[in-house]
Amino acid sequence: MNQRLRSAIPYILLILLTTPILIGYLWLFISSMSIRTYGLRPEGFTLENWRFLLEPIRSRPSIWRVLLSTLAFALPLGLLDVIISSAAGYALSRLKFPGRRLFLSLTIILHAFPSATLLIAIFFVLRFIKLYDTIIGVVLVSVSLGLPLGIWLMKGFYDNVSWDIEMAALIDGCSRLRAWWSVILPIIRPGLAALLIFSFLGGWGAYIIPYTFLATASIQPISVYLQSLTGDYTFVNYGVVTAVGLFQLIPVLIFYMFTQRYLLNLYSGGMKGAA
Amino acid sequence: MPRLQRLRSGLTPLLFLGPAALLVTLFFFLPVIITGLISLTDLATSTFAGRWHFIGLGNYQRMRISPYTVKIFTNTATYVICTLTFFNVGMALVISLLTTSINKTAGSLFRVLWLLPRITPSVIYVIMWQYMLADAPSGILSQFVTTVLGAEAKNWLYSYPMVAVIIANGLIGTSFGMIIFTSAIESIPPEYMMAARVDGASSWQIIRRITIPLIRWPLLFVTAYQTLSLLTSFEQILLLTGGGPGFYTTEVWALYAYHTALSNYWGNTEFGFGSALAAVLVVIGIIASVVYLRVFRFSAMVAEPKIEVL
Repeated sequence: MNQRLRSAIPYILLILLTTPILIGYLWLFISSMSIRTYGLRPEGFTLENWRFLLEPIRSRPSIWRVLLSTLAFALPLGLLDVIISSAAGYALSRLKFPGRRLFLSLTIILHAFPSATLLIAIFFVLRFIKLYDTIIGVVLVSVSLGLPLGIWLMKGFYDNVSWDIEMAALIDGCSRLRAWWSVILPIIRPGLAALLIFSFLGGWGAYIIPYTFLATASIQPISVYLQSLTGDYTFVNYGVVTAVGLFQLIPVLIFYMFTQRYLLNLYSGGMKGAA
Repeated sequence: MPRLQRLRSGLTPLLFLGPAALLVTLFFFLPVIITGLISLTDLATSTFAGRWHFIGLGNYQRMRISPYTVKIFTNTATYVICTLTFFNVGMALVISLLTTSINKTAGSLFRVLWLLPRITPSVIYVIMWQYMLADAPSGILSQFVTTVLGAEAKNWLYSYPMVAVIIANGLIGTSFGMIIFTSAIESIPPEYMMAARVDGASSWQIIRRITIPLIRWPLLFVTAYQTLSLLTSFEQILLLTGGGPGFYTTEVWALYAYHTALSNYWGNTEFGFGSALAAVLVVIGIIASVVYLRVFRFSAMVAEPKIEVL
């Protein structure tokens, strides 16, 4: 008995520590389908909170337009991140060229480097290249800030691919570019997919960069839209806010359920083996 | 090697690295230089005429004598030290020790749950906290406190803003250390533990004498890496409290720089002073990153490729 009690202790501790995290999600579910909530206790079941799916909330853009602008931001972000990172990662893993060591060191340094401190200067860069207040500008900034991690992860994937396969392709007369594209890339497909999802989800939930650099644009991603709902003091209806929040969160949770094994490594910044 | 071939093999890396190099230059290197340059000007909306007027170290002088600097610095130190100690390292260690001591499937289930705050879009995450900490009758904590403990309800976010900021950020931050510690603990040979058990060591003794010493490198790494990350990230604080309530109660250095240069309540955005504030963090960031590179034996990672053809 004593033995059984002892082995239950870690479970009890874990449940106690984990519950506070889950309460917020539980509330999100309950509140999105209630007229109002007192703590976690709902009052009055309703689907009225979900009306935003059918018609815009007040004078705001329709949710589908918001969804489109979010995709217009997150999809190119994911794709560009994967393409550019996988190309650069390949060069760092496989090619010998002057400056390779320097470039690789820089990648690692930038990986640790706090990009949030550069936002002020990036504002000037964007204005200088005339991309301030444009989706392209916001996508390029977001891609760049994600590159050090992406390149580093991709290099790790290439490092695990056997040289023999590539050597065989090269001996058969493939160019380096072709060997990469048609032989190596298919092998690391799971890695590419993981980075794509990771990067897409980053864009899907991004707030600070679109908020800062898309000041007046009529296109706003869903995080900025949701935040503007909570900031509207003439209209704070938590039922609606949570319904919109859930609308944004559900795809994230679904992706997470299917890919958590890969994502777990990515969210630690690919640093599992670093120290 | 024929000349043409040499040219081609020189072009290949350029082709692969070109786009990355261009973007990194545009949005990392150039901004570092620009931050430094702007910090030497008095560029602000009130002086904005497209011309840069250099004022030397004026902004740094102002930072040194400003009465707010001490307040902001204290906030930042409190925030970073507490979040790091209690969550990013402390809680991360507790969770990884607990989840590795139980059934493997159950353990990874708990870790999956602990990653939820990190994958949740920040705006939603913060809304949850605002509601949890709200006053009665709606707030979850207030409801719990009044009905279960019989204590007084209050707006927790207003009463203890810094604590709220630390907990909300800490629960996100825990997962990074958790993942790294878990894989470090799992790679400890089980014989070590078994031998200690046979010798009659308690769980606490095993953790204290075997596990912790064996994972000291990951511990040091997470501490170093997360210090920098906490020092410079401000998105959740911006959303949760916006630096308030009241006068700079939760305003940390990075948020102060952001507010000063890009969005403040008074409409006068001071790019020069804001950049000087950011430059301090940039310098810390550069020094810290270079130190990490040396301390954590990253040099082994930048080794030449094993085999090289062509």
